[in-house]
Amino acid sequence: MSLPRYTLPALTVALLTLPVGLGLFFTLAPALGYMAAPGGPAPFSRLMDWPGIGPATRLSLTTGFAATALSLAITALIAAGWQGTRAFALLHRLLSPLLSVPHAAAAFGLAFLIAPSGWIARALSPWLTGWDRPPDWLIVQDSAGLALIAGLTAKEVPFLLLMLLAARSQTRSDAHARVATTLGYPRAIGWLLVAFPTLYAQVRLPVYVVLAYSMSVVDVAMILGPNTPPTLSVQITRWMSDPDLSLRAVAAAGALWQLALVLGALALWRGAEALAARAGTALAMSGHRLPGPNAALRALGLALGLAVALSVLAGLASQAIWSFAGFWGFPDALPDALSLRTWQRHGPMLAPIALTTLLIASLAALLALVLVTGCLEAEARHVFRMGPAGRLILYLPLLIPQIAFLPGLQVLMLTFGLREGLWPVVLSHLTFVLPYTLIALAGPFHAIDPRTFTAAATLGAGPNRRFWRLRLPLLLAPLLTAFAVGFAVSVGQYLPTLLLGGGRVTTLTTEAVALTSGGDRRAIGAYALAQTAAALLPFALALALPRLMFANRRGMRGG
Amino acid sequence: MTNTATLSLALTLALTTPALAGPDPESLADGLQTDEWQAVLEAAEGQTVYWNAWGGSTTTNAFIDWVASRVKEDYGVTLEHVKLSDTADAVSRVLSEQQAGQNEGGAVDMIWINGPNFASMKGQDLLFGPFAEALPNWQYVDVENKDVQTDFTLPVEGYEAPWAMAQVVFIYDEARVPEPPKSMPALLDWAKANPRRFTFPQPPDFLGSTFLKQALIDLNGDDPALSKPVEEADYEAATAALWTFIEDLTPNLWRQGRAYPQTGPRQLQLIADGEVDIAISFSPGEASTAIANNELPPTARTYVLDGGTLGNASFVAIPYNSSAKSGAMVVADFLMSPEAQARAQDPAVLGYGTVLSMDKLPEESRATFDALDLGPATLSPAELGTAQPEPHPSWTTRLTEEWVKKHGVTE
Repeated sequence: MSLPRYTLPALTVALLTLPVGLGLFFTLAPALGYMAAPGGPAPFSRLMDWPGIGPATRLSLTTGFAATALSLAITALIAAGWQGTRAFALLHRLLSPLLSVPHAAAAFGLAFLIAPSGWIARALSPWLTGWDRPPDWLIVQDSAGLALIAGLTAKEVPFLLLMLLAARSQTRSDAHARVATTLGYPRAIGWLLVAFPTLYAQVRLPVYVVLAYSMSVVDVAMILGPNTPPTLSVQITRWMSDPDLSLRAVAAAGALWQLALVLGALALWRGAEALAARAGTALAMSGHRLPGPNAALRALGLALGLAVALSVLAGLASQAIWSFAGFWGFPDALPDALSLRTWQRHGPMLAPIALTTLLIASLAALLALVLVTGCLEAEARHVFRMGPAGRLILYLPLLIPQIAFLPGLQVLMLTFGLREGLWPVVLSHLTFVLPYTLIALAGPFHAIDPRTFTAAATLGAGPNRRFWRLRLPLLLAPLLTAFAVGFAVSVGQYLPTLLLGGGRVTTLTTEAVALTSGGDRRAIGAYALAQTAAALLPFALALALPRLMFANRRGMRGG
Repeated sequence: MTNTATLSLALTLALTTPALAGPDPESLADGLQTDEWQAVLEAAEGQTVYWNAWGGSTTTNAFIDWVASRVKEDYGVTLEHVKLSDTADAVSRVLSEQQAGQNEGGAVDMIWINGPNFASMKGQDLLFGPFAEALPNWQYVDVENKDVQTDFTLPVEGYEAPWAMAQVVFIYDEARVPEPPKSMPALLDWAKANPRRFTFPQPPDFLGSTFLKQALIDLNGDDPALSKPVEEADYEAATAALWTFIEDLTPNLWRQGRAYPQTGPRQLQLIADGEVDIAISFSPGEASTAIANNELPPTARTYVLDGGTLGNASFVAIPYNSSAKSGAMVVADFLMSPEAQARAQDPAVLGYGTVLSMDKLPEESRATFDALDLGPATLSPAELGTAQPEPHPSWTTRLTEEWVKKHGVTE
């Protein structure tokens, strides 16, 4: 490669930091009184005067913490109790595809599952419950945000599990756990006391991403979260889209407040880590083997893992049925009639939108793959490693709430006279696709035995030849998986597509979220299915391609 | 794309001196002559119009899709529906463009707009016009009996073109509610007798705010103060009855008022789910359309209050920096055509009220309207009665703010 050695890493860092930094500045400037939007001063005092600010702030914090702690706990319990067993393989197989199910689709499915007039209630009524009309129970949109916590947890467990498994290869956690077992610790207890701390150090940043995301998510909170008042991020989005344009400065102030909350929460979490570490150490030093809790923890882990997988899958199934449903009233467990009407109505519009979605996602995922491979290769050739600062930069776009920097990015683009359209959308997606691609590829990249390349070098192969003839073919399966992860991330993007596409770039996700604001479950079902299919497609390819290409080389087939 | 004559001059002016002078009002406000409309048509051919309209309703989306195919066929105009989850997204988009100095070639060519959004855009000089009363199909519009020249008491002055009439009706399930309550006090009594079987979309959703306004008007009778800005009225006295009513109603609402549906369509879904029995709607034909689409039980019906209900018109407006003003005008004109209006009124399609006057239409167009089957749940024009005018927009804002303060953030 003839590029100067730092070109690709520098480009990658720029793509990760510039949009966030500039976007933040241009979003927050109105809150601080620069470039003030019309309508008068003191957006901060208006923010604090909003009667819902207390509860909304509390909600953001409690739901964010609860969802993160719960997802981490479930993930740890699954790994602690079942790693290496057939049950684990089954859970892993059930949970992995859920990673690509778009958040809004999962949330909508869950809402229909657990509502008092939802699928579970319908299946049990009236024969068991005696209900001919649903009970007036506040289950979805409950004021404590329990439904929201459940929805977030269902989506974050697969992500954390994947991260945990990826980290396993970089630590000696398996060996540590084995030592604990030989010392008489039951499986789950030993793993939690010995293997988990090392693994946690590796997945700390992904956990922070989950925390930041859970606190500032918009679409899931709109569907499952409370509304009297809503979470802070939902309220900010409402202010941004209020006809009273002076509220946009209040929204900017809110975005700043949200950012401060996220940073504060991260600091708190960090403190909690230290406390947990101290408690864990004390427990380990006490020498208790805890055989009783071990069985309970294993059962709990399996039950919760299955609950997560089945709730998302059942939610998707219910949406599939809705997309074919005639009239479907309470308490019927299934619709009166099935029809193709929804698909006939939406099919012709779905096709071009699906194509745009696939095009954007392919471009973003491909660009990310090239950049990430380039970075890793540059790292390998010039022997420099990303320090903690580098890892922080990598996670920056995921740690800063989207609502805090995307509107500013839009203003910035307009200021420079850049037209909205496909490329700005692709580039903005790239900012979010890059971190995930790098996370997915870095492990396998470093896992290749370096002696392979030393051997090739002694045979006279130069760096380029080693890269093209050895590294890339060896990495085929992980490359495809990383592409699929990036692809799924791009498919799920809502705010960047809306804001940087100027509303003119329509993807399955923007359609699905727009439809969610209405209430047509049939149309929502059809779009949610199409969206999920689009995100799953490359995963299927990532599994199938290496099997086809390396039919006679078992070790090359990957996952 | 060569455009000629005065209109091109008007458009050029509109593009270059937007917020200050607007387009040349002389050439448009006096009504377009036939040859000038010809120039609009020529300029429009080949243009792409990005119509920003709420995308939450499947039926509306399908209707807009049909409009797109028709204007392509007749005028060579490509119409793209930008599906918004909130109309204000498009308003803020135009505002961002104005702040960034992008005074031409904007991303929004046409907006489906109403009330507060219109007031906001007109107040910020974000609209192109006047154009509406110069469109050829304006001749059929019922300006005498339908409130199409004011939008929430604000004079329209040709800055937006009407395309549908809306009026408040209440949807109920005949199978569960034999005698629907036809006044707000009766609704309160019904809710006390049937607790947790009624709700309304959460303000500031427009339908929720509409419920508050409807309750205010029904409880107070015809109050002339409502047509003036709220600052000029004795607000406390005018709204005392309303807040007592809401206070009494809230504990008897669905989920005891601790949660609300966020939009009108979600409220309909609650009827289909058997969670509530009565819902407010701003479209007399919506229930029939929803029955046809399996979204409401076949036993759904509608009624209006004995004292009458609120009504208003839906409009389309053209932003000052629209990149396809001629194309947008052609679409706005087509929306007012007897063909499009009859299709919109068909409950199998949309079930929206027409803005046209039957007396002004040619014989064969009137026959198309007469032949429409309005559907099982749609009231006749006589049953609907004359719509009550919308209060001044400041009432909407004030009522919504106070409701949010009292009931929207209490959990």
